[in-house]
Amino acid sequence: MAERDRPTEGRAGRLRAGYGAAPWHLLLVTAVIVLAGWVALRLAQEATFGRMLLWFVGAVIAHDLVLFPVYASADRALRAVARDRVTLLNYLRVPALGTALLFLVYSPGILRWGETTHEAATGLTQRPYLVRWVVLSAALFLLSGLAYLLRRRQASRQRSESA
Amino acid sequence: MPVSRPGPSDSGTRASEVDGYGAPRRLWRGLAQHRPPGVDAVERSWRSPLRGPWLTAVYGSVLLVALPLVIITGLLDYAAYGPQFDQAFPTNVGWLRLPAFDWPTRPSWLFRVTQGLHVTLGIVLVPVVLGKLWSVLPKLFDWPPARSLAQVLERLTLLLLVGGILFQIATGLLNIQYSYVFGFDFYTAHYFGAWIFTGAFVAHVIIKFPRLVTALRSRPLGAELRTPREATRPEPPDPDGLVAAEPGPATVSRRGAVGLVGGGALLLAVLTVGQSLDGPLRRTALLLPRGRQPGTGPNGFPVNRTVAAAGVRPEQTDASWRLTLRGGGRTVTLDRPALLAMAQHTAALPISCVEGWSTRQTWTGVRLRDLAALAGVADPASARVSSLEQAGLFRTAVLAANQVLDPDSLLALRVNGVDLAPDHGYPARVIVPALPGVHCTKWVAEIDFRGRADG
Repeated sequence: MAERDRPTEGRAGRLRAGYGAAPWHLLLVTAVIVLAGWVALRLAQEATFGRMLLWFVGAVIAHDLVLFPVYASADRALRAVARDRVTLLNYLRVPALGTALLFLVYSPGILRWGETTHEAATGLTQRPYLVRWVVLSAALFLLSGLAYLLRRRQASRQRSESA
Repeated sequence: MPVSRPGPSDSGTRASEVDGYGAPRRLWRGLAQHRPPGVDAVERSWRSPLRGPWLTAVYGSVLLVALPLVIITGLLDYAAYGPQFDQAFPTNVGWLRLPAFDWPTRPSWLFRVTQGLHVTLGIVLVPVVLGKLWSVLPKLFDWPPARSLAQVLERLTLLLLVGGILFQIATGLLNIQYSYVFGFDFYTAHYFGAWIFTGAFVAHVIIKFPRLVTALRSRPLGAELRTPREATRPEPPDPDGLVAAEPGPATVSRRGAVGLVGGGALLLAVLTVGQSLDGPLRRTALLLPRGRQPGTGPNGFPVNRTVAAAGVRPEQTDASWRLTLRGGGRTVTLDRPALLAMAQHTAALPISCVEGWSTRQTWTGVRLRDLAALAGVADPASARVSSLEQAGLFRTAVLAANQVLDPDSLLALRVNGVDLAPDHGYPARVIVPALPGVHCTKWVAEIDFRGRADG
């Protein structure tokens, strides 16, 4: 955005100064809000509109004010445990994030939300997912642990060679 | 004393310019000066030296390229359901209606690709979305929350953007895992949610694109990806306030941050793509319903809606079963031996579901166009296929003319050399190239061919 030394003049300039951005900005954001408003009005006739709205706003709250603080605090705790051992910290972070990501994406199966609909659709139960997630997560930690040990051994060998 | 942040807002002489205070100035300035307790503490608590325009722009450009693909393939999936026959859900969409066109039957893997891309890419982008949100999260706690009406409105569109993407991800992930805990109609919510998100996404791209270009140019990608953790320094303070005021030492390089998100995306890709593959690789979708086969043998491929769930009873599908063909005032009734005595055609066609899975099988049966001719409608405009099912959204499906007339469009009686299993639609099911799986009606009872003159 261009910065000017003198205040802009004319009607567009006054709009820009009062509104805080260029006229096209006003047009654009108004269009987006009108579209969303139109959709909301249309959906307001649905019996389940309240639930949809709750999920829409709830998703933002769940991410910004629950998920983020939780993972940020978990990371802070992990850093406190690892202290100055940054390499160890990262070899813990990676499998922990992998485990959490898998849970986040595949939780409906892992937690068996929707046993009947799942079985009606597929003819199969949701039983295996929890065990598979645990095994996959364990494998992530195991692989990371092995990689960490290998790296430490290499580092100590290099140190003894250079000594 | 407010924590000062570089940028036009702090230079009073240009206060009326972009990013400065709008009218009424006293209101916005007053808001900025009345910092509620805790705001400074929150601002100081952002410690990551990685946050900054460059990292945000890297995640942003991945989304800029990939999200349009997800949006377009999603809309194509809607079009594939046949909105012109009122069988794409939601049916009543006002002026958010797509231009009407006949969904093609060629290439036969068309729907396999559109729905596969939509779902797989949607899953794979989850870590990118999370990374992008992490990189801009301090903005949520910015004080003042706005300096002008422009910023108020823009922040409102950001609520639509973030709410939109999270809503689409959540409903999509639940739907493909057959979990309907949200308690509203998935199709309605996901379709309208997509429009809200798309509108906000387009506006966000238009507003932020110059910032994205500047940020990407500020640090060459190659050099940044070669910088180890020890040499990783915070970006210079930016006007958007993404860079931490008091950054701590780096525990991960920018290469590491990009790699972490990329690795997460790769992990999800490896665990998802199997839903669209045949053979032993299907099992790699370890945590998804369609990585599993319901059995072995020629009928051992994934089922969508079991015969038990459809409520089709065995006595409806035994030797007393008859297929009714209607067209131009004529009614023809056929039993299964009569159908098997007609000219049989074999085609290898995918069955693809909008839930992101597909499988290619070899189907044998009677061509739909032969049945149309038998019913006296050699040049049909459409055909309505009805199932033995008594209830359900997909009890009937309308096929367009091109879908009836394609030489590979079948009323399948057999699959992979054996009779269809009850779960796959015995005694007979429809299979049409590039048609969504739910419209490949199972347990067919009746086909009503409509001629051109019938309208």
